[in-house]
Amino acid sequence: MSLDMLYQEIILDHYKNPHHRGLREPYDAQVHHVNPACGDEITLRVHLDRDTVADVSYDAIGCSISQASVSVLGDLVIGKDLDEAMALQEEFLTLMQGHGKVQPDEDRLEDAVAFAGVARFPGRIKCALLGWMAWKDATVQAVARRAATASAAMEEES
Amino acid sequence: MSAGSRATYDVVRVRKDFPILSRRLAGGDQLVYLDSANTSQKPQSVIDAVSEHYQVHNANVARAMHQLGTESSQAFEEARDKVAAFIGAPSRDEVVFTRNATEALNLVANVLGLAQGDLGVRAGDQVVITAMEHHSNIVPWQLLCQRTGATLRWFDFDDDGRLDLSQLDELVTERTKVVSLTWISNMLGTVNPVSQIARRAHEVGALVVVDASQAVPQMPVDVATLGADFVAFTGHKMVGPTGIGVLWGRRELLAQLPPFLGGGEMIETVTLERSTYAPPPARFEAGTPPIAQAVGLGAAIDYLSELGMAAVAAHEREVTAYALARMREVSGLRVLGPTEAVDRGGAVSFELAGIHPHDVAQVLDSRGVAVRAGHHCAKPAHTRLGVQSSTRASFYLYTQPEEVDALIDGLDYTKRYFGGS
Repeated sequence: MSLDMLYQEIILDHYKNPHHRGLREPYDAQVHHVNPACGDEITLRVHLDRDTVADVSYDAIGCSISQASVSVLGDLVIGKDLDEAMALQEEFLTLMQGHGKVQPDEDRLEDAVAFAGVARFPGRIKCALLGWMAWKDATVQAVARRAATASAAMEEES
Repeated sequence: MSAGSRATYDVVRVRKDFPILSRRLAGGDQLVYLDSANTSQKPQSVIDAVSEHYQVHNANVARAMHQLGTESSQAFEEARDKVAAFIGAPSRDEVVFTRNATEALNLVANVLGLAQGDLGVRAGDQVVITAMEHHSNIVPWQLLCQRTGATLRWFDFDDDGRLDLSQLDELVTERTKVVSLTWISNMLGTVNPVSQIARRAHEVGALVVVDASQAVPQMPVDVATLGADFVAFTGHKMVGPTGIGVLWGRRELLAQLPPFLGGGEMIETVTLERSTYAPPPARFEAGTPPIAQAVGLGAAIDYLSELGMAAVAAHEREVTAYALARMREVSGLRVLGPTEAVDRGGAVSFELAGIHPHDVAQVLDSRGVAVRAGHHCAKPAHTRLGVQSSTRASFYLYTQPEEVDALIDGLDYTKRYFGGS
């Protein structure tokens, strides 16, 4: 299998110049995920503004695929409606688990379509998913925390 | 090594014994297998021995009273004899078959936790390991310490990957119950001074466990003079099959230790209330063992013995020295571990400036060069050197200098591919 199928120009660009990097305030949830197979690590924060993904910030060490993937994720979900962002995460997951047989929708996934080739390298799928799984985890926690705070506030009022 | 013995080691001829080495990969690339510290390839004689066992002799061991059972049992026990002779074990009963080195190390750690009397590890005792251990020689001891209340301590190592022996007397004291260390690091390649550490350990009455997973495949081993009390290794790294490992232990120690797993074959007699246990090695071999795998390991030992372990070690040293020399030519490459082929095994881990090991391995793989990338199950050792992961090339008895050249070419290509220097 050709290397260029894996290392698309877009991926290498994001790897060399990652977007949204660095941990920022404010945030509603922070998670730390690792890839136990290779030791890649990511600390990722999510900040929600009502139902909008206001910010995704991260600190990560890892290979080109994992670094580029989280950079692309930030581009895609920041500013999006929460449900829409979750749907995009789902689509990216489907693409990665599709054994290279899933046709990605470029209008929706934008730069993330460059990862279609990664699905054909089973050893690298976890690299591509590291940041996306961390984001989902952090977002679920952020939503849960918000719900808990809201119900606590309601209880206080009542 | 003398010129004479070098002439007798013909790596091209050796390679012909390993069918996989001549296979072509996707895209037509010739396989360059530099991942033998992970698992070694198998010669035809081992493949045939396993296959013949299943074709002709297959039966369970030690409990089938028919002809096949007798043949199978004989073959299994002959493998034990071969292992004992290969490592210089004073008695065949000191050779316990396990699934792998991990199980062998877990076996020791568990039974030391269960043992009554002097051998048992208890609260207040100390267990000493090193910062360069494979996870399989860290986690079992952590588990033991957590269960018993003992304390885990460890030797540090220096920037060249050598153990800091200035800590020896301070680390290994009257409170030390067990010292467990790797003979050859799977990541750094360091050959550790086992005998020196074992002397100190025995002075203070501690037991010595040696992870010889990388050592037994690479060099002549004599457990009788090593100074260790237990030695663990695995078949698949020494041209044998997966699924078979060995725990060697001094007979008088094994005889005092309680069982690990309970089940068939490890008993003397069983009532519903209680059981009595078989003497070693059967006491530690509950259930149907890896029979065909043991037979394969026996064939692997025949193969290695025929080559001669001194010759294997000399070849390993030569290829490693060549690789280290060639790696010095690669700008941005930093070897993690000893940079000279002195007291050094054939695994060389390295960093390539600015390129993640996953990406290095991926590009090398696209050229047929198989290496390992990651933390090689030695995360603390990476942490000690301030790196997250590394790329590892490891050499074995079938590695030829041309393969090292292919690695170096591949590394140059990798740097160009990622737009480095």
